[in-house]
Amino acid sequence: MSLQIWIWIIVGLTFALYIGIAIWSKAGSTNEFYIAGKGVNPIANGMATAADWMSAASFISMAGIISFIGYDGSVYLMGWTGGYVLLALLLAPYLRKFGKFTVPDFIGDRYYSNVARTVAVFCALIVSFTYIAGQMRGVGIVFSRYLEVDINSGVFIGMGIVLFYAILGGMKGITYTQVAQYCVLIFAFMVPAIFISIQMTGNPIPQLGFGSQSADGVYLLDKLNGLHEELGFSEYTSGSKSTLDVFLITAALMIGTAGLPHVIVRFFTVKKVSDARKSAGWALLFIAILYTTAPAIAVFARTNLIETVSEKEYSTMPYWFKKWEDTGLLTYDDKNDDNIIQYLGDEQLNELTIDKDIMVLANPEIAQLPNWVIALLAAGAIAAALSTAAGLLLVISSSISHDLIKRMVKPDISDKGELIAARISAFFAVLLAGYFGINPPDFVAATVALAFGLAAASFFPAIVLGIFYKKMNKEGAISGMLIGILSMLFYMTKFKFGWFGGGGPEDWWFGISPEGFGTIAMLINLIVSITVSNFTSQPPEKIIKLVENIRLPSDDDL
Amino acid sequence: MKNNKADIYWKKNLKYLTILLSIWFTVSFGFGIILVDQLNEFQFFGFKLGFWFAQQGSIYTFVILIFIYIFLMNRLDKFYRS
Repeated sequence: MSLQIWIWIIVGLTFALYIGIAIWSKAGSTNEFYIAGKGVNPIANGMATAADWMSAASFISMAGIISFIGYDGSVYLMGWTGGYVLLALLLAPYLRKFGKFTVPDFIGDRYYSNVARTVAVFCALIVSFTYIAGQMRGVGIVFSRYLEVDINSGVFIGMGIVLFYAILGGMKGITYTQVAQYCVLIFAFMVPAIFISIQMTGNPIPQLGFGSQSADGVYLLDKLNGLHEELGFSEYTSGSKSTLDVFLITAALMIGTAGLPHVIVRFFTVKKVSDARKSAGWALLFIAILYTTAPAIAVFARTNLIETVSEKEYSTMPYWFKKWEDTGLLTYDDKNDDNIIQYLGDEQLNELTIDKDIMVLANPEIAQLPNWVIALLAAGAIAAALSTAAGLLLVISSSISHDLIKRMVKPDISDKGELIAARISAFFAVLLAGYFGINPPDFVAATVALAFGLAAASFFPAIVLGIFYKKMNKEGAISGMLIGILSMLFYMTKFKFGWFGGGGPEDWWFGISPEGFGTIAMLINLIVSITVSNFTSQPPEKIIKLVENIRLPSDDDL
Repeated sequence: MKNNKADIYWKKNLKYLTILLSIWFTVSFGFGIILVDQLNEFQFFGFKLGFWFAQQGSIYTFVILIFIYIFLMNRLDKFYRS
């Protein structure tokens, strides 16, 4: 059967599955729409969280990025997993015990202030919109690559599917489709990885395979380091970024992960406080399967690539080489006219440019796997993009219908009315996200890092101090969040968009990149919050009672 | 009596947090970043040890840490209710 037919069959089947789940899990109340009626099994919630968390970028681009930057790629691996330890230990169980619908709910109630609530809504919207714009674009790109439609039609198909199951099912529908999407994406990611690991090292477990010997008896990583040295690339297993910057970027990604509203809200959907801890554990386990395989794929792909192309005649290149050349993701420029491919670290002499996305997308072809595996990969990439977009969508719609309308503008709105408002805001959020998907603002890539920095600089200290520091009051929280966000925005816009006089990497303060500055902004927030709290009046008695209550196990756990 | 139990519960929880987060910090920021060059002198199967911690070991440790915390807290919850 041809590849295109396989892709239509497998992608079509997964879509039918998602829509079927949406119809089965239609939400009937705001409780179901926002937090799936608090009835989600912790293992299912772990899968849903994993799918929610792993975007098209994790699925397609991450292994490729690591493949090109080697050790420096560790910032993503540790940064995007370590945050779950913070979530499980410092946030999830307490927020679940608090037991409301959204993150601004917590901030607004804990800090007895609608100003704090508004600041939180503002942060949640900025973080989620910057994220979702990138996701819709990702959906479009994946569709266009596999279904041979143009990117814009791809965005429309993606919008249609997300619209259907997010508006109908709310959190309940999203949760169960995400469970299905996790299964699709992890299967799609692992199958080629296992095949390639067997081919290259004889070990079926990729995590062990990339530390094994290849057929010639040399350890794969030693071989790759050798190849890198020979061709003038920097050593694969060592970094080229400064230790301070690697430290700060990793910390910013970890803390940002723990502060992202669409991740936090997933822990509101389980039955009990102990289930919130449990599902954080399962979520990280499910994420770790992909995140520990990605660096293995990176090494396999890198070695495979260098061995296939380096110093080989252009005419002997395999079929996939020419196919990806047609897409423009791989370009060969024969600078010295010898018809031999020189792939070198020196940019003057290098003749081959490779897009990072190829490493995952072309993997099954490089390893000569059957067509159904490639089709599976298409379905997996689409699942990854859709699940993340849907999770973000829900945060946006609940911020508007719950935090703004129900809690501030019109508190007497009926549950039915709020549910309608939630669906309408989800509808408009999809339209807006689709618009950004079709007309991507050129700062999308830059703002994904901003989303993490913002989450780290705003939510994380406010939530953690709200739980662990009884004396924390509204003055402290509001000033901390504002100063944290503003300093983050200042540094990012200065060095990413050239505002406030701009500047290049040589002007970075102490060599700290904008990505790593989230950690500094978080610390600024922390210090400001604590200092201001100590110079202003204590929070009211009932708030101290609330904090004491959050810290204890709930009666549901009996 | 209840209050006293609540105090013990919270203090124990904080103790668990301190220990587990120190391990969290050590394997990632310690072994994977600060000490990576020193650890890379050691070979661990086909990996340099520091590199392995940065791309594999820290992630496995994170998963184990959360499951240990789940176990400890379930036990502590039982104590609280007894």
